[in-house]
Amino acid sequence: MTTYYSKDHEWISVEGDVATVGITNYAQEQLGDVVYVELPETGKELAQGDEAAVVESVKAASEVYAPLDGEVVEANEALADEPAKVNEDPEGAAWFMKQKVANPGQLSDLMDEAAYKAYVETL
Amino acid sequence: MAATGENGDLKLTPLHDLHEELGARMVPFAGYTMPVQFNDGIMAEHLHTRSSAGLFDVSHMGQAFLIGPDHETTARALEALTPSNFIELGLGRQRYTVLLNDEGGIIDDIMVTRSVSEDDDGRLMLVVNAARKEIDYAHFRDRLPDNVRLEVVEERALIAVQGPQAVEVVAAHAPKVTDLAFMSASSMEFDGIDCHVGRAGYTGEDGVEMSVPAGVAEPIARALLADDRVAPIGLGARDSLRLEAGLCLYGHDIDETTSPVEGAITFCMQKRRRMEGGFPGADRIRSELDEKPGRLRVGLLLEGRAPAREGAEIALPGGPVVGMVTSGGFAPTVGAPIAMGYVPTEHADSGTQLELIVRNRRLPARVVEMPFVPNRYYRKPKT
Repeated sequence: MTTYYSKDHEWISVEGDVATVGITNYAQEQLGDVVYVELPETGKELAQGDEAAVVESVKAASEVYAPLDGEVVEANEALADEPAKVNEDPEGAAWFMKQKVANPGQLSDLMDEAAYKAYVETL
Repeated sequence: MAATGENGDLKLTPLHDLHEELGARMVPFAGYTMPVQFNDGIMAEHLHTRSSAGLFDVSHMGQAFLIGPDHETTARALEALTPSNFIELGLGRQRYTVLLNDEGGIIDDIMVTRSVSEDDDGRLMLVVNAARKEIDYAHFRDRLPDNVRLEVVEERALIAVQGPQAVEVVAAHAPKVTDLAFMSASSMEFDGIDCHVGRAGYTGEDGVEMSVPAGVAEPIARALLADDRVAPIGLGARDSLRLEAGLCLYGHDIDETTSPVEGAITFCMQKRRRMEGGFPGADRIRSELDEKPGRLRVGLLLEGRAPAREGAEIALPGGPVVGMVTSGGFAPTVGAPIAMGYVPTEHADSGTQLELIVRNRRLPARVVEMPFVPNRYYRKPKT
């Protein structure tokens, strides 16, 4: 399993041909208290950069973009009832969706943990 | 209020350094750099204010005086620009009102206080919205009679302390505060410093707003924050608190196109003014009062968890779009998303089922009475 990061503050954990996608701790800190998460439907075909999910804090709504091309194979329905999980465990239990990796070449567009940490430092 | 920041044209309030020290996340707001939240976050700050006491820096708001030869002259000058009764406003009493344009639209919503002392009667203190200061002041200068002048107050901060514990907290430093009735104000000493304290606010809770000299704003704020019951609160929670309280945010829920009747704030229009008229846009406002306006601001409670925010369309169930959300978000005390917006008056009754369109989805909602959370303003016990 390898974990990648995007400039949009998503983490992408790849195992075989399935990527689990969530938002980073940095992202949840910026958002503040999450009150609602809207997830994509299973079976939806996403292209890299498509709007995949919406996460709403008390203050504002933010889009989560698909980091890769590929079909949604599972969405984390637990977030519907417990959106605050995104604040508590953003890089663990509060994953957003699992996506088929349709185009593995896109993984090279993403950062590893060290590069993401360095990127966050610049913000 | 006060100095311009080093970077850009954003102004700083006298509490700026304290905000930074407290770990505030600062954002630009109405020409100022202001704290949107502190370390605990909007939800915790909101709930803390409802259960204990919150300290808000509202120094960005405009403070000014209307000054005339006597109360009646100054009050008449303000009555010519607003639909409220100021002639009969008592000494030391406060009143919420709106500045009206000639079409009966709202230029700004403002708080007015009559001096508590007969010695300096003829002065009305104004607190106006930060983003409307220059427009309001120009309007006053343009419209005031020769014997009433506008004096803009510089170098003063405005600190709000709000919540069920707020007055008790302030009373430890300014014991006279407990004598104040809701919507009344007085000068008093806070740890020996002369301040002007009004028992009012914009959260739906008991509390005060204190006008203090800029140079002592920080020690006063520190003295209040030293009390465990007090937490610093940013603009984020200020917004969610006022939304739950059903209170309007200028430029969102009311503006130059909305009248006070459409905006459902006719409580600012006392009986004599309704009868006599004599304010800008009186014809429109009178006919809206008599025949009901075409649209009304209503409270909306959503059934699901998804919030609907400003700009979301309001539709009849399965039907056409009939209005627009002007404020909305998650309400921490209610534990659900709420909104306010304008709908045609025939769809404004409590209990009316509507749909709010968010990302092309229709979210069921119904019209509810405001406030969403009961007001807990202080009422003096009957003696």
